[in-house]
Amino acid sequence: MIHTEALTRTFGSGKDTVEAVRGVDLDVAEGELVAFLGPNGAGKSTTLRMLTSLLPPTSGTALVAGTDVVADPAGVRRRIGYIGQKDGAGHSYRVGDELVMQGRFYGLSKSESVERGRRLMTSLDLAGMENRKVSTLSGGQKRRLDIALGLIHEPPLLFLDEPSTGMDPQNRANLWEHILRLRAERGTTIVLTTHYLEEADTMAERVVVIDHGRIIADDTAEALKAEQAGDHVWFSVPAEDADAAAQVLDGHGEQLERTTAGATVGLRYRVGHGTRALPRLVLALADRGIGVAEASVRRPTLDDVFLNLTGRSLREGGPALTTSTEGQPA
Amino acid sequence: MTTSDLVLPARGGAAPERRASSVLTDTGNVWLRETLTIVRDPFSLIFSLLQPLIFLGLFGPLLSGFTGGQDLGGTSPLQWFLPGVVVMITMFGTSMTGSNLQYEIMTGAFERILATPLSRPALMIGRALKELTPLVVQGLIICAVAAPFGFVIHPLGILLGLVLLGVFGVGIGALSYSLAIAARKNEWVFWAVQQTLLFPLLILSGMMLPLEAGPGWMRVASQFNPLTYVVEAERALFAGVLADPSVLWGFVAAFVTAAVGLVVGVRTITRSIF
Repeated sequence: MIHTEALTRTFGSGKDTVEAVRGVDLDVAEGELVAFLGPNGAGKSTTLRMLTSLLPPTSGTALVAGTDVVADPAGVRRRIGYIGQKDGAGHSYRVGDELVMQGRFYGLSKSESVERGRRLMTSLDLAGMENRKVSTLSGGQKRRLDIALGLIHEPPLLFLDEPSTGMDPQNRANLWEHILRLRAERGTTIVLTTHYLEEADTMAERVVVIDHGRIIADDTAEALKAEQAGDHVWFSVPAEDADAAAQVLDGHGEQLERTTAGATVGLRYRVGHGTRALPRLVLALADRGIGVAEASVRRPTLDDVFLNLTGRSLREGGPALTTSTEGQPA
Repeated sequence: MTTSDLVLPARGGAAPERRASSVLTDTGNVWLRETLTIVRDPFSLIFSLLQPLIFLGLFGPLLSGFTGGQDLGGTSPLQWFLPGVVVMITMFGTSMTGSNLQYEIMTGAFERILATPLSRPALMIGRALKELTPLVVQGLIICAVAAPFGFVIHPLGILLGLVLLGVFGVGIGALSYSLAIAARKNEWVFWAVQQTLLFPLLILSGMMLPLEAGPGWMRVASQFNPLTYVVEAERALFAGVLADPSVLWGFVAAFVTAAVGLVVGVRTITRSIF
């Protein structure tokens, strides 16, 4: 469905050149659900804009739905759906008008556009809002309308740019319910960008980690976590036994953290298989007369993967939410 | 059918082959989307219809006063002034094409529309034609109101005059569209540039006051203003003189403006990131 070779994009010129995307090679097969994960400014959106033909690449090639993005951008746009970060529907227009006109922009007849618009509005819980002005919709309603606008021509390939940024958890779950149902019903190939770790982890079947304009990892979330991070085990031991405990544990894994809390010390280690290692390690410590007060196993997150790959945490900058596009409920 | 033919949407059914994209159809659809906002809220249209009448009613008598009821350029002051008013409302209307667009860029609708297969020139022509749609009604009302006061109606001339303004208006609309995109990060820049350019262009076209009375440099400057040729062509057409050379030059100026506007506009759209 997507095939790119050495796709690059630079902005500016001379000294101020910024290489936003540096040589992306990517293949996406029909029916896949792929998430581009990376921090803000990593090049996710720029890559998406090139794939949707909204931005011409500086060099490299991209075939999207069998069409070259440079040779036939309009042909690419005809075959894909795109749901951007901001509101797709014009605020001064009526909900029904926007949907019907969107269908006609894609060459549907008026009657077909009306019919498909009505079905989409029903399935997206927007029924009866045809005559409402878009500006009077709530944030969640606007987002569902965006989905309807992106689907009216029933594209085989759908791009979503930060689909749930700024949404509350309930609306986010609701949005995903619709996206996943669409996929189950139509087999639509879905490519999305996100900087929410949990979203990439739980929703996408394949995670493409992007940093500084390059793909630095590309696999299922499970495989990435197993290969790149490993499990974390944590023990709380009396402070006076901490050094002895560390000596024992050093033979079984890599120390990640040592924190002192009053009379106890917390030790965190990376090990191969946490649930299997934990009882053995507790016994090994007991053999040396070290009493473990508390212990836990933590499965790695994609943030651990990112940290391992780049030495930086995706969370460092905090949740960079852009809520400015959210409207007030009517 | 070979297997490569089957690569495209299997289950999706987007049927990309259904249409050969046509600028005409696209323009019609873009125009319809914009015009629906007028249809849904006709109240604003009623006010915009009054505006040129006020201008004609307040400015016309003053002009007659200045000339002491004498003819201007060989015709009555009203016959001379009315085509100027029609051109003026065209300029006001189409030069604001970009202002609605800025709001759409800000909220995100513009990006969504750019991601559809709509042809880029159609995006601009459709929007400019939406601004021109009420102008046709306005123009006809002005003519009807002015008729009892000595304005002579030449239907064919008026019709051709409106076509000429349509072509010219598409050019101005496309330039306004480009300006809106260029100034998308500072909205006030759009208005500053639009206002700064609009009035010199209007005055230096001899639209409101005859330039014959002005200094030499103004008359020279007016020769480089495409609007001058459009205004002169409109005066000839509204007077029913279709074969005048000024009509030809008016159409040349209008088509050149439209071509320049669309080329600049397409380049601006392609090179900008939203």
